[in-house]
Amino acid sequence: MSNSNSTEIIRAGLKKRYAREKRFRLFGIASLMISFAFLLVLLFTIVSKGWPAFQQTYVKLDIELDESVLKVNSNSDEDALYSANYQKVVRASLNKMFPGVSGRKKKRDLRNIVSNSAAYTIRDDVLAEPKLLGTKQTYWFLAKDDIDVFMKGKIDRNLPEDERRLKDYQFEWIDKLIEEDRLEKRFNTVLFSNGDSREPEQAGMKGAIMGSLFTMLVTLMLSFPIAVAAAAYLEEFAPQNNKWVDIIEININNLAAVPSIVFGLLGLAVYINYFGVPRSTPLIGGLVLTLMTLPTIIIASRAAIKSVPPSIKEAAIGLGASRVQTLFQHTLPLAMPGILTGTIIGMAQALGETAPLLMIGMIAFVAEVPTGVLDPSTVMPVQIYLWSDSPERAFTERTSAAIMVLLGFLVAMNLIAIMLRKKFERRW
Amino acid sequence: MKKLPILLGATLSLLSTSNFAAGRDYIEIVGSSTVYPFATVVAETFGKKTKFKTPKIESTGSGGGLKLFCSGNGIDTPDITNSSRRIKQSEVDLCEKNGVSNITEVQVGFDGIAIANSKKGPTFDLSLKDVFLALAKEVPGEKEGEFIANPYKTWKDVNSSLPDTKIEVLGPPPTSGTRDAFAELALEGGCKKIDWIKAMKKTDKNKYKEVCHTVREDGAFIEAGENDNLIVQKLVSNKDALGVFGYSFLDQNSDKVKGAIVDGVEISFENIADGKYAVSRPLYFYVKGDHVGKVPGIAEFLTEFTSEDAWGDDGYLTEKGLIPLSEEKREEVGSAARELKVLSLDAS
Repeated sequence: MSNSNSTEIIRAGLKKRYAREKRFRLFGIASLMISFAFLLVLLFTIVSKGWPAFQQTYVKLDIELDESVLKVNSNSDEDALYSANYQKVVRASLNKMFPGVSGRKKKRDLRNIVSNSAAYTIRDDVLAEPKLLGTKQTYWFLAKDDIDVFMKGKIDRNLPEDERRLKDYQFEWIDKLIEEDRLEKRFNTVLFSNGDSREPEQAGMKGAIMGSLFTMLVTLMLSFPIAVAAAAYLEEFAPQNNKWVDIIEININNLAAVPSIVFGLLGLAVYINYFGVPRSTPLIGGLVLTLMTLPTIIIASRAAIKSVPPSIKEAAIGLGASRVQTLFQHTLPLAMPGILTGTIIGMAQALGETAPLLMIGMIAFVAEVPTGVLDPSTVMPVQIYLWSDSPERAFTERTSAAIMVLLGFLVAMNLIAIMLRKKFERRW
Repeated sequence: MKKLPILLGATLSLLSTSNFAAGRDYIEIVGSSTVYPFATVVAETFGKKTKFKTPKIESTGSGGGLKLFCSGNGIDTPDITNSSRRIKQSEVDLCEKNGVSNITEVQVGFDGIAIANSKKGPTFDLSLKDVFLALAKEVPGEKEGEFIANPYKTWKDVNSSLPDTKIEVLGPPPTSGTRDAFAELALEGGCKKIDWIKAMKKTDKNKYKEVCHTVREDGAFIEAGENDNLIVQKLVSNKDALGVFGYSFLDQNSDKVKGAIVDGVEISFENIADGKYAVSRPLYFYVKGDHVGKVPGIAEFLTEFTSEDAWGDDGYLTEKGLIPLSEEKREEVGSAARELKVLSLDAS
């Protein structure tokens, strides 16, 4: 009797319990959908804004390398060739194509059809081959950012003239150039082959990518051995139930939660002011980011070492191996996939970090591509920040493109981490 | 695992080559974020035109830049610092104390601060007094000598000829040099128009400064961060709001936003250069004379910066929004810079 009574009670409550479960599932799905929607919106805005930056407009000009205009000839020495005013022949070519342009503003707009890198392109060609002087050459130059923005359809020519950056006479020039097949959009190799520039059409990410690479190299070379050694000691050698070891452990775990800007301040005070490490270099960046990634890698490495079954270690010791031999020949190789995963995730974190770099002078304009850890450089997230803060309109799309490149690197690193785990992970 | 010691060794050797102070083959520049866009263009052109390396430029703000600049005379300190205001006596003293006595001052031009709104909104015709009354934390009350918390909600409350829209101004945070200049030129400029407050400058200087420089905190003035592009974007989406930012951003976004008329003068290149537009300030950079000759290229960099190609009426800096000095002034400042004339604050 009592039995059927409790069944009754359960049955009565059943509907409510099912409903509760259903509700909970719906909540779960809803939160998943919300986060997914945010991700999609984020990716969509970045990709739709950044996509055009992978193309760049070029202008074809016929350049007469007139020796009398340049005031040099093929027998001139290198210094004379280097410092000749090549801008003049570019202007002459434009003036020939569009005769009768007068007024200061219009003249300036005319020479601003091509980027000012044109003169340096010619200079480098002439330096390599002085015989070019006196001949007529056809060049494809980078178009100035305003022309580029228009060619990508970002300027509406139906707007009243004073509400757009390009004026009617500039449209006439552009129309003529298009008619003569002198404007062409190509894949933007500049974005990957140049360092930073204040002219959007010449700005590239190579400096930032190399800077990130050197910084990561320093970080990896320092944090990996230190972290693995620390983790191995704490797991395998440190005395159990020792007050000091406990304090150290708690501190490492706390360190992982310290805001990264604090490490920047520490780096400024200790490395720069005390040891005199030069500002704005990958070396100082790497040193600071090492501090930041150490706790992450130590924690991951300890978990990986802990998960190696004691039977393996005991077997090795039982066969006469010393504890160091056991560690290096058995425990560490077996824990390596986990350690590497932690390292890569720590590195990915460091790659996207800007806050600590603010303090150590890596938020800087560096036009030259760094060639070593002691050259001034920036890193990719800093480059994104600097471009987003630039007044020129064409930098907006480049900012998004730079974000895409950075995201690409991060996704690649995380993929490698996942693949390593999949490939080498062993279940005991 | 045999790689571990090798890695460690490589790292150590990397660190031990740390004879950092040995020398630097590039110019190091720090300082104002307002001068940054101009200094970078000169640096880039200098790097391409000459065989010297491109200078490295950090944007640290005027105060931060001068602090770094004055921290010592060694080669590990910056060679040049940019500033959107003149160096202060206290900073000269700090420099002196740290052995930096040979400083050359170069004024590069002017920067206008725009008060702008969306093209879709009405054109504002503001006087500096309107700006002060709309944005100050405390405004004069009924009686002379009395201050009340700013009661104005709409522009019409401030001045009946202005539109009947809510006062909503987006501007830079207090850490920004633009904000300092805005407070000094626009707010204090308007503050001074009220005679009895102006008289207070002599009697109670602290109170005068407090009243004239403090921006209201009740939500009418919104601190929008250092990113001027962000302010422009917000103005486009909210046509009733006004924004405060540098002239170069107005120039680049002239299809989206328009500058307000201040004291009857439209913000334009010519009006700032003539000094007619009230909210404009001079920009400077300071050179450490003792580094010339030690760090290659400083003299040549000065020559490039002070060439007509760069800072002239038709130079490439004006394309980036710099308002040039007058021709005579350019000649005077330029030759002083090339001769590395030592700064003295009493002169000029």
